[in-house]
Amino acid sequence: MPPQIKRLALLFVLLIGLFLTLKYFLTPKSFGEFGHYRGLALEENKVKVPEYSGQKACNECHDDVMALKVANEHATLSCETCHGAGRVHISSVDSVVISPKVPNSREFCGICHAKNFARKAENIKQIDMKAHNAGELCTKCHNPHSPWQEKK
Amino acid sequence: MAREEVKSRRDFLSRAAMVAGGLFISAGSTPFASLLYATERKSKTGPWYGMGIDLDRCIGCGRCADACKTENNVPRDPFFFRTWVEQYTILNDGSIHVESPNGGIDGFTQKFPDTDIFKAFFVPKMCNHCVKSPCTQVCPVGATFESPEGLSLVDPTYCLGCRYCVQACPYGCRYIHPETHVVDKCTMCYHRITKGLLPACVEVCPQEAKIFGDLNDPKSELVKFMKDHSWQVLKPHMNTEPKVYYNQLRAEVR
Repeated sequence: MPPQIKRLALLFVLLIGLFLTLKYFLTPKSFGEFGHYRGLALEENKVKVPEYSGQKACNECHDDVMALKVANEHATLSCETCHGAGRVHISSVDSVVISPKVPNSREFCGICHAKNFARKAENIKQIDMKAHNAGELCTKCHNPHSPWQEKK
Repeated sequence: MAREEVKSRRDFLSRAAMVAGGLFISAGSTPFASLLYATERKSKTGPWYGMGIDLDRCIGCGRCADACKTENNVPRDPFFFRTWVEQYTILNDGSIHVESPNGGIDGFTQKFPDTDIFKAFFVPKMCNHCVKSPCTQVCPVGATFESPEGLSLVDPTYCLGCRYCVQACPYGCRYIHPETHVVDKCTMCYHRITKGLLPACVEVCPQEAKIFGDLNDPKSELVKFMKDHSWQVLKPHMNTEPKVYYNQLRAEVR
């Protein structure tokens, strides 16, 4: 074997060795645990605290509102659909209760109930926002938890 | 030249047989088959999550898109979405109009008079968590992957922000987060479903139009939904095997 080939072979072995050493130290320990990715990433993806607490969490304190809601048109709605994420409200201490948002603008109701050809009539009751008591708040006549209950 | 190399019919036939045999053996061994599938359905016992979307029920309120942004700290700018809603309006002249103002979060308005409209409907979009996900296959560092539950997830500490996956996704479900400068996408609310909660978009849907469930559990809501409805997936010709199943999906939807 010519000497220059021997030197070249040695160089190759050294470079490959260097690469493997670096790879050993730089690859995270959990890489390849489940597949071609860092196994710990699965746990890290689970860490985040949920903002929306779920219907069950609301029921624990507000079972009276819940009972009214499920008996009426808005039965399928989760409390958090309109009131927003519940984490801050639920984790607030008794002395300083941080209320969830109470949206009562016409525009907010209109997000679902404004007349739109794309909405099926059997799915949702719709009104012409311009013709139906223009300028008035929906909550003046309708109770959001029981839309057809008469308000005095 | 080539004519001289093949000396006889016997030579030709033996060479043809060798080529055919070689092709046959290579087809049988398929060393790259594992690269076609980002993940395999490892067991029939563990969870294998999917989503059903009933377009018959969707009213386009955009609460799913709004809740998703709150739950997952998605920037409020109108071009970063993990899930969003599109309004399709097909006119009598055959033209198709698609719009999604702020993903539907601020509500939709009807742009055409009733008499001009042939058909109108809403389509909520989200990551399809494909079985053969192109985004996972193109990632050069293994920062995006399929979890054992069949969900396409991102490792933000490993992502380079190279944007290959953003281009690879046929459904436009990925974006580069303006603050972290790495890719961000729907995780099917992995942090929620592993705690026994529903994904945020499913939790807030007033019409129960989104059905989350385990495809491996024959009693799950999703399997029930798939039995009862003639579902379809988006872009089936892309061969990505999406796991978001739409009821009443029309051919106009892209």
